[in-house]
Amino acid sequence: MTDVDIDAPSSRRPGVSGWRGRTIVTLIVTVFVLFFAIPLVWLLLATTKSARGLIVGNPFAPGSAGDLSANWSRLFSFQDGAVTTWMTNSALYALGALVITLVAGIPAGYALALTEFRFRRLLLALTLVVMLIPNTALVLPIFLELNVVGLIGSPLSVILPMSFFPFGVYLTYIYFSTSIPRDLLAAARIDGCREFQVFTRIALPLAAPVVALVAFFSFVQNWNNFFLPFVMLPSSDGYPVQVGLTSLLASTPAFNPSSAGSQSVQLPTLALATVVSVLPVLIVFLVSQRFLVAGMTAGGTKE
Amino acid sequence: MVGAAPAATLVKDRAADRPPARRGNAMSYGFVSVYAVLALAFGLLPALYACYLAFTDGEGRFAGSANFSKVVGDFRFWPAVRHVALYLVCWLVALVVLVTLLAVIVHTIRVRWLSRTLRSVFYLPGALAGASSVLLWLFVLDPTASPVGGLLRLLGFDSFVQVIAPGNLPVIFAVVAFWTGAGAWIVIMYGALNNISADVIEAARVDGANVVQIAWRIQLPMLRKWISYMCIMSLAAGTQLFVEPQLLSQASNAVVPNDYSLNQLAYQYAFQQNDFNAAAAISLLLLVVALALSAVFVTRGGLFERD
Repeated sequence: MTDVDIDAPSSRRPGVSGWRGRTIVTLIVTVFVLFFAIPLVWLLLATTKSARGLIVGNPFAPGSAGDLSANWSRLFSFQDGAVTTWMTNSALYALGALVITLVAGIPAGYALALTEFRFRRLLLALTLVVMLIPNTALVLPIFLELNVVGLIGSPLSVILPMSFFPFGVYLTYIYFSTSIPRDLLAAARIDGCREFQVFTRIALPLAAPVVALVAFFSFVQNWNNFFLPFVMLPSSDGYPVQVGLTSLLASTPAFNPSSAGSQSVQLPTLALATVVSVLPVLIVFLVSQRFLVAGMTAGGTKE
Repeated sequence: MVGAAPAATLVKDRAADRPPARRGNAMSYGFVSVYAVLALAFGLLPALYACYLAFTDGEGRFAGSANFSKVVGDFRFWPAVRHVALYLVCWLVALVVLVTLLAVIVHTIRVRWLSRTLRSVFYLPGALAGASSVLLWLFVLDPTASPVGGLLRLLGFDSFVQVIAPGNLPVIFAVVAFWTGAGAWIVIMYGALNNISADVIEAARVDGANVVQIAWRIQLPMLRKWISYMCIMSLAAGTQLFVEPQLLSQASNAVVPNDYSLNQLAYQYAFQQNDFNAAAAISLLLLVVALALSAVFVTRGGLFERD
């Protein structure tokens, strides 16, 4: 499913001709490239400036390495290294949930696609329905539920709900039911493979692309999740970095005048915090972009 | 992040077309067991428990619709509904018009590297979701620090508080959501455009259709199912508005109220008033909306199976 070439032969698509058409197209494209790119570019530049330079200087002039390192040390000394704690928490939650998602989801997708058992259709329907509702819709109900069993505040209160990732199971299910030749599995059985070995020796190695895809979506979604940890984890020690950003914001005088003091955060430091908070996701995005784009459209092209 | 991908839903249940291998029954249960437990614990059970809470009072006695009439009668409820509705209108219109337009335009670009680079530029902001993108937009919307401060002043905004005046918020939230989410949809639409048979386009061109006519008469109708899919997913996600107004409320010293959206109101009930029953009632209302939208999508799935 990842080897779909989404670039169709370019000679066969409609092209824009005539100077007027070209001008309009160029104009629209330029406006939107600026719209999407300016905030990102500016954010990266802002991390290299001093608080004063950010306000008075040219917004697109780069600052200095010295200011970047000063911002860096200010950020990581905020509340005695709270940012390091938050990043560690984010990694723990996102990776913990990712591992459980894969262990639970990949075999489940395989069984749903290639075997028959009672409740199969029911489980499939539940997967589809929960997949299509926004993941914030169940956060308060899950809070109320976990409150009864006293899990609020524990890392498990975010890891376990995030591990339930129906979209991943559905992707796996689609992959196994469309891309694995059944003859291959049958041949393995004839050769004396037991059912479990058919899965581990034949199906799983073939499923590497979909495992990577599920891992990507799960990691990105977990890392960026705000509402769930915001509700489940009351103490700053347990925050993931996305929630920790609210603490930084609350200590930024520019946005909260009552916070001026020794612990106050300057704008470039806050900009750096924003970059640091998404750095792992940004790196994963850049590294896996091509493969991802193919994966995202694979469902459609297989119709 | 919204709709980052469930494009794969548009594939039919092919396993149902063929008899599945009737083997390894015990193993099947083993394979789905962990997932099934998670699905029950974090899918079905919380929904049922929210139902129970929404229809009982603090002591666990049956309360009928009392919780619902309480929250609906709350003076903050209808303003919150209006805020969310306005935001949804702005966002959905922007999505439908601009995503389609940009996908069609990028699709007409014949230079491969250019087309690929454009898609990357549109898609990359998707890496910043939730709090990070809101934070970034706080900078952009603050005329003193903004890279487009000149533009903001040109529009008559001299201070951050002027920018985030209540009347502007639906547009602002729509812009933020569009900036983060549109790229993924542009990529999906682009993929869908590639699926339109080249022969159809060729035939139209031979008949004398120009680019605009091809887009309007052929590509747009064929994209319709993807556009409706995008709308349904975005509508469901948009009703859940939380992190944007929450952070903006914090950053504006409550110029933006902390009960701006429905989810925030539910949060207030649960954590400020310790009224879990009322919070459950609001959650349930939102859940019903989300379920209804997803049911429309699943049951009208036939819409998505054939061209």
